[in-house]
Amino acid sequence: MSENPFSLWVYLSQSPLLWLTVTLLIYAVADAVSLATQRHPLANPVLHSMWIIGAFLLLTGTSYTTYFGGAQFVHFLLGPATVALAVPLYENRKVVAAAILPMLAALVMGSVTAIVSVVLLAEAAGLPRAVVLSLAPKSVTAGVAMGISESLLADPSLTAVAVVLTGIMGAIIVTPLMNRAGITDFRARGFAVGIAAHGIGTARAFQVDAIAGVFAGVAMSLNALVTSLLVPLAVTLMMR
Amino acid sequence: MIASLSLILLCQLIGEVFVRGLGLPMPGPVVGLLLLLLLLSARDRFGVLARGPLHHDGVENASRGLLAHLSLLFVPAGVGVVQKLDLIAAHGIAITAVLAISVVVTLLVTVTTFLVASRLLARGRNAP
Repeated sequence: MSENPFSLWVYLSQSPLLWLTVTLLIYAVADAVSLATQRHPLANPVLHSMWIIGAFLLLTGTSYTTYFGGAQFVHFLLGPATVALAVPLYENRKVVAAAILPMLAALVMGSVTAIVSVVLLAEAAGLPRAVVLSLAPKSVTAGVAMGISESLLADPSLTAVAVVLTGIMGAIIVTPLMNRAGITDFRARGFAVGIAAHGIGTARAFQVDAIAGVFAGVAMSLNALVTSLLVPLAVTLMMR
Repeated sequence: MIASLSLILLCQLIGEVFVRGLGLPMPGPVVGLLLLLLLLSARDRFGVLARGPLHHDGVENASRGLLAHLSLLFVPAGVGVVQKLDLIAAHGIAITAVLAISVVVTLLVTVTTFLVASRLLARGRNAP
């Protein structure tokens, strides 16, 4: 036992071990709650992990940089997880190939809508230009969006937050919205949430329906490709 | 397991090298995805590739493991909101409203385009 419990905290609070454990533990609890509520949209595990960990950091006066020292090991896996999407795509290649034309049409329309709508709305709301630029790539997966934001000289850390918020809102709203609109084609539902809400939407789609999940995964990877080409173009056209 | 993870990382690494090397404006992991897809399809044509991680569902199982908790991977980036509290205090409501409207519009436009396009195609195929 250490002489002073405070010195133990000083040591632990600076080590990656504590923050990695906190991230996994709180997510595990949030995910268990989500499962216990039959995956209710409002019990979204990312949303609840985010505010609980955030509050914990503020209460203990821990900086985000220190937290990220531990959490980066989880963050890093976003890249390999994108590569791993090849597997569900490969396993469902026949279903996907049969829907290739509707997918391409929806990809172009969806990608353009995601970028144009957020830039126009943000300008209309009178948000500062740096914020508008940081919000533009919010519909693609975090790593890619942060890269785009960086190339626009915007604020990648704000982009990351916008990406996660977008994903959570998309994941919460997609099931009630599609049910109310009477849309029963799970290929279309999955594809839409993959375009609008990237990986968090895809995770949600896999919970609802396997085919929806596959189409969401395809949409998310195609959107990463298209958005990284479109955002610089759209921003040049719309903001100069 | 280790071999399968290595294969996934290798695909990502080649993707990054390819993208950075050629100065392409696309994400490296997406090129990695295409590469892994190509490898899996090539394995079906050429039996000689069916070994190591490309054998007995090796890379398939590793990928399923990664994707099973895809939403966990977004938590560290999301917690970054603690750095932005002053911005949230100033513009939080506007930002949330803008993102919410945009996500609903995007969902509806995408799902409608998908359904309209697949109906048009089905009609085109059924026409004499």
